[in-house]
Amino acid sequence: MLATETSPPAATGRWVLDQAQARSIGLCVLSVLAVYALQPAMPIRQMDFWLPTASLVLTVVVWAATSSALATHRRPDRATLTDAALIGGITLGIAALRFAEPLSMLITRTPPPAVLSVLAALAIAALLAVAAGCIIGPRPAWTTALVIALVALLFVLKYEPLTQAFAALLRVAQGQSAAQASALDVRWLGFSYICFRWIAALRERALGRLPAMSLREFVTYAVFAPALIAGPIDRPERFLRDLRASFAFNWPDATEGVRRIAVGAFKKFVLADWLALLALNEVNAAQAQGAGWMWLLVYAYAWRIYLDFGGYTDMAIGVARIFGVRLPENFHRPYLKPNLTQFWSSWHMSLAQWFRTYYFNPLTRALRMRAWAVPTIIFVGQVTTMLLIGVWHGVTLNFALWGLWHGVGLFLHNRWADFAKGRLTAMQERPRLQVAISAAGVLLTFHFVALGWVWFALPDAALSLGVFRKLFGL
Amino acid sequence: MTLDARTALRIAVKALSLFVALNLVFALTDPVPALGRLSLYNVLWPGRARLPYGDDPARAYNLSLFDLNAMFASHELAGAPKRADEFRVLLMGDSATWGWLLRNENTLAGQLNAMRLKTADGRIVRAYNLGYPIMSLTKDLLMLSRAVAYQPDLVVWLVTLESFPADQQLAHPIVQHNAEAVRALIAEHRLRSRPDDPALLAPTFLQRTLVGQRRALADWLRLQTYGALWAATRIDQHIPETYEPAQRDLDADRSFKGLLPPTLPKDALAFDVLDVGMRIAAGAGARVLVVNEPILVSTGRNSDARYNFLYPRWAYDQYRALLRDHLQLRGVDYLDAWNLVPQTEFTNSAVHLTPAGARMLAEALAKVIVGRG
Repeated sequence: MLATETSPPAATGRWVLDQAQARSIGLCVLSVLAVYALQPAMPIRQMDFWLPTASLVLTVVVWAATSSALATHRRPDRATLTDAALIGGITLGIAALRFAEPLSMLITRTPPPAVLSVLAALAIAALLAVAAGCIIGPRPAWTTALVIALVALLFVLKYEPLTQAFAALLRVAQGQSAAQASALDVRWLGFSYICFRWIAALRERALGRLPAMSLREFVTYAVFAPALIAGPIDRPERFLRDLRASFAFNWPDATEGVRRIAVGAFKKFVLADWLALLALNEVNAAQAQGAGWMWLLVYAYAWRIYLDFGGYTDMAIGVARIFGVRLPENFHRPYLKPNLTQFWSSWHMSLAQWFRTYYFNPLTRALRMRAWAVPTIIFVGQVTTMLLIGVWHGVTLNFALWGLWHGVGLFLHNRWADFAKGRLTAMQERPRLQVAISAAGVLLTFHFVALGWVWFALPDAALSLGVFRKLFGL
Repeated sequence: MTLDARTALRIAVKALSLFVALNLVFALTDPVPALGRLSLYNVLWPGRARLPYGDDPARAYNLSLFDLNAMFASHELAGAPKRADEFRVLLMGDSATWGWLLRNENTLAGQLNAMRLKTADGRIVRAYNLGYPIMSLTKDLLMLSRAVAYQPDLVVWLVTLESFPADQQLAHPIVQHNAEAVRALIAEHRLRSRPDDPALLAPTFLQRTLVGQRRALADWLRLQTYGALWAATRIDQHIPETYEPAQRDLDADRSFKGLLPPTLPKDALAFDVLDVGMRIAAGAGARVLVVNEPILVSTGRNSDARYNFLYPRWAYDQYRALLRDHLQLRGVDYLDAWNLVPQTEFTNSAVHLTPAGARMLAEALAKVIVGRG
């Protein structure tokens, strides 16, 4: 367990300490630059600068709200000011690149806004951070208000009509026509992941479990470059442990990192991109004729999404490993699991773990205290958790149905496991039967998951139902 | 596993050596043509009803590539051994023959097959669509030189003036990327095009390596993969619900490819390519029917000067006369269908037909085919 107050990492030697510090600063700089560099261009002017800046500003605000040191002293210490200067300096530096066209294109897709506007934004950010530090900082319970605000923002970005309204607002602010606004105007890179890291920090703070983190450490945690686009969602104390650990470049870590990157790149850019040609989508779902071909499209989608996401995760883990950070695994042979519960312990593990920690466990604890029946608690817990995981991908009926599909599946498996416990003990003496049942479980689980993707892959329920009809020749 | 710097370096050197060796072997052996003959079509997937072409793969499950071996191997023709009672008809031509904006059943080949024609001697007429959406007789010749291997009884060669300009014969990627085959045709048949024309690409050694050929390999793989979607959907072209109709009101411009009235010089047109194509077909024992394909005859603004967007009247009229005389002199079967289809039955260009338009042409062709068979 890490100390909950600021504690400099133990120095095992001057050279190691220097490398660790350099790594820490380097990772922060790299991550802040990546927030801007990876952000795609948008039809709304300068949004490829302002949205990354908003990510950083909110990160600083969340840090201020969770910083016990800031809450105690009511003013930032020198280290905080240095970190703020570093992060603000990078932002200003990127903005200043507008004077060195086309150099700015190295970082942002379109020319950045005027430096004065950026200075003003940074001043507002500083005020917000101080306010968050002074108001929320001393009252950990108040972090809930910030969590609600962040969830509301996430909802706006995930619910198309609201995203479109948000886009219209941004357009007006930038002097563009609101009539042209579309939900696609606002593509806030990595927001879903960054937001969940903020919420994790706020919840840990509320529970008194958040280790003291410097501003630089927190920014690095929240927008860690390798995990910016597609996770995994690390936990603050685990990430901090790696960040503060003594660091010296070593070949085993570097080669393992390179191996993971190569494996990930192969999964993503060769296998997944190839399967994408075949995978179920809105267009081919309506056109495919015959159950056999439809199954092919569904299988292709199932493997494509796994290899795509798994490949990205491998690359993120590989890059982080080179810098001495061991990001958590996100996948562990999910399609070889004999039941749905094990599947969800091996698919997008960091997201599932996040929901388990911050939603499912508190909810079921609360329901248990109200003496609800266990099956009811499990049903409510699993169905609502999976529903939330579904709509985390986007607030649409199909994502919700996908969540329900898995929630109900998990509940049914839970009930079956409870029923079968003790009744299948005889099976333990028959290993071949055990293997056969396990294989059947793998097949059944894979097909349940693959069929679930029919909801996930398509934009509307009627189309998904049409696919189910074709799959089963109805 | 622990790994020191020396081991890592050794691995890197070995990997680099293998990479270089693989690229060298690839450049020296040039396996792409052989690979092109390997196809999942006609084995796992049904053969395509027309040659692969497309710029919207996500919706058409089709793509444009330059590997003629792979293109022909994906065609249903490659998986259809000729039956004793089959009268095999190959349709050569441009996008009108290929069937732009037409489903396969509505193309010329599709409509001819739907008619279930029989020749006078009782053979069943089976038409194959070998059109390709490029207007160049040299492109047609390139296709024909391969197609004759499939034992045609009749080659129906649909042409239009736009395919004839001699100076534009090589100005198409499919021709340029098959430079070796085109050069061989030029040399063997003494065509007027120059074998050393810079338009014909000459790949460098680096371009022949595995890295240099990555696009060709990826295209081959994508073609095989899209076969599954072709099989699943029978779709090979995205046909939008609406499109910009062919222009009816025309500009007053009377020039054609830089040529001005009053005379369209015959040597500006690639009749030599047409002759070679007929010789190649005859050499394979196939008869040739040349068809001057239907064009949109506009009645809109400036239609006194032009038939349509493509053709000023003076140039097109002279072309028709030149083509008729040229073919008559050689005794070649000829159908001039230029005004067979009313302007209402054209889609987005002066040569692209609606299903009803294609039906009219198919009916006219059917009479000739059955009569000649």
